[in-house]
Amino acid sequence: MTDTTPFDTRFDDDSLMSEPDPTGRFGEFGGRFVPETLVPACQQLEAGFREAWSDPEFRDELDTILRDYAGRPSMLTECFRLSEELGVRIFMKREDLNHTGSHKINNVLGQALLAKRMGKQRLVAETGAGQHGVATATAAALMGLDCKVYMGAVDVERQALNVFRMRLLGAEVEAVHSGSKTLKDAVNEAMRDWVATVDGSHYCLGSVMGPHPYPWMVRQFHRVIGDEAREQCRAATGGDPDVVVACVGGGSNAIGIFTGFVDTDARLVGVEPAGGAAVRHGVPGVVHGMRSYLMQDEYGQVEEALSISAGLDYPGVGPEHSWLSSIGRAEYPNVTDDEVVEAFQLLSRTEGIIPALESAHAIAWLSREAHTIQGQTVVVNLSGRGDKDVAQMMDVLGDRGEA
Amino acid sequence: MSETFGRIETEFRAKRDAGHKLLVPYITGGYPGWQDAIRACAAQGADAVEIGIPFSDPVMDGPVIQQASQAALDRGATPQSVLDEVPRLDVEIPLLVMTYYNLVHHDGHRRFAHRLVEAGVSGCILPDLPLEESEPWTRAADHEGVETVMLAAPTAPDDRLPRVAARARGFLYSVGLLGVTGERDELAATATALAGRLKAITEVPVLVGVGVSNAEQAYEATRVADGVIQGASMMRRLIDQGPDAVGEYVAEVRASIDRH
Repeated sequence: MTDTTPFDTRFDDDSLMSEPDPTGRFGEFGGRFVPETLVPACQQLEAGFREAWSDPEFRDELDTILRDYAGRPSMLTECFRLSEELGVRIFMKREDLNHTGSHKINNVLGQALLAKRMGKQRLVAETGAGQHGVATATAAALMGLDCKVYMGAVDVERQALNVFRMRLLGAEVEAVHSGSKTLKDAVNEAMRDWVATVDGSHYCLGSVMGPHPYPWMVRQFHRVIGDEAREQCRAATGGDPDVVVACVGGGSNAIGIFTGFVDTDARLVGVEPAGGAAVRHGVPGVVHGMRSYLMQDEYGQVEEALSISAGLDYPGVGPEHSWLSSIGRAEYPNVTDDEVVEAFQLLSRTEGIIPALESAHAIAWLSREAHTIQGQTVVVNLSGRGDKDVAQMMDVLGDRGEA
Repeated sequence: MSETFGRIETEFRAKRDAGHKLLVPYITGGYPGWQDAIRACAAQGADAVEIGIPFSDPVMDGPVIQQASQAALDRGATPQSVLDEVPRLDVEIPLLVMTYYNLVHHDGHRRFAHRLVEAGVSGCILPDLPLEESEPWTRAADHEGVETVMLAAPTAPDDRLPRVAARARGFLYSVGLLGVTGERDELAATATALAGRLKAITEVPVLVGVGVSNAEQAYEATRVADGVIQGASMMRRLIDQGPDAVGEYVAEVRASIDRH
């Protein structure tokens, strides 16, 4: 589709990012590994999504909400001072400016609208840093749905502000004390809830992971990021960028922006935390309903991911990322917590933009590798804003005597 | 053509046809006292025992079994360390393994199936491996002679159940309610409803599990089903009171379902 107007959230379904095969696989990754109780629910969801996605009324309604409520299209900001400092022409796709402060709202509004269309009255969600939980609670409030959010007990503590936000929005937040008490355990608990309440509840999964159709459906709800960014980049530079960078936990913001550029020559870079480098250090495994790269021990027990950023504390990655890596279309380097802290400060200082710690991973990679891509044009997906992380960073920088 | 069944299905069909209701306790492998608990189950009238191989992310299990699994993992339990103990249990009844698919996937289907056979395990239950994804495992399991117990859920439409039943070996695990393992005050209406639907379409023995919490509920469930699987109520006794209490409880459930 070459004649789209800028910022049109519609896209060409025949693009290179095709849908997975009938078993929900991208190559050898994906699938639907769920308890038998959930198989019919996944099948119904797939049918419901297909039907809604091909219905112009649904798409119009979603487009309207994205525009009038979420604030889309998000801006593409050229970062002159950071560009000068790094010797690279840098644009930021400003998902941090969306309502609720991150890209998460795109997916959640889509799923909530779909859940309502399918007659569900309740949303169940998991959250790491709380951004997906806040987005889900927001969509539930907007659409009059009940909402329960599971969050690892460790994350509840380090993201107290987002817990308060969710409760203010009318959601019930339950701290999960099992396992590593982080995102993966919150996913387990949300799936258990869904098993028990599948008749009336929709599991509003927060990333491009889980059983089919989630990785595909969530990607479709997020590809608006990439479609907009491509048009905006062409308008600003007359062409496509050389590099597209995004952070990867499960990988929803990354897949969203990659989708807009997968059929260009742009390098696609998904940056993982060093303590949760599923693509680099994981091997294919099956958990949370999907086959994908997964950090696990020699027996197949799932390992804990460790990152300064709660939103990236996930030992796996969405199956489409595993596939993009396996075919060599995207690369998945990792950065350390120290590099992330520096990047957090760098963007704040040079551009007046305090990024989410998740998004700071993308900037950390760019900062480290800038000398190898001098003069090139880079689009960074700034997936979220850093308000939620400033208290944590006060502690981190305070300990270093820098705050 | 005469069908040949594995050990579990052969024994279960014969017992069922003789009017005997089947009782399968679940015990988490690697939890302190688990071997004695299994011996106690066998001594007090269990027809088979399901041994849990602990997994880090047990999505079908509620708090009791999850706690037991974590405790076993914290003590260093591995799939092989659990299987190594099985030949030393020295019980006459067939044994099954219940675990999650990643441990099988990670080990390799054929190798895992072979490990089960070497340990003397007859069957396997993988609650996160639904029919559509099961073929690589069931092919290996069939080849090695391991009986794969399939789960049937209350949410399944009518056209799905015969396909699940057709793939089941040993017995068919009729999931008693929408939810995960754990004790409930009452047997859910879905338990007998699903068991009835399954009994109408298959000759494979139908056992109700998940949410069968005491001797009376076991009696109720076996008014329709051929037997019951009890996990959380077994493990709570093992955790709180030790292996002897598990044996006493098995005897109590046995007496209850023998009233039929």
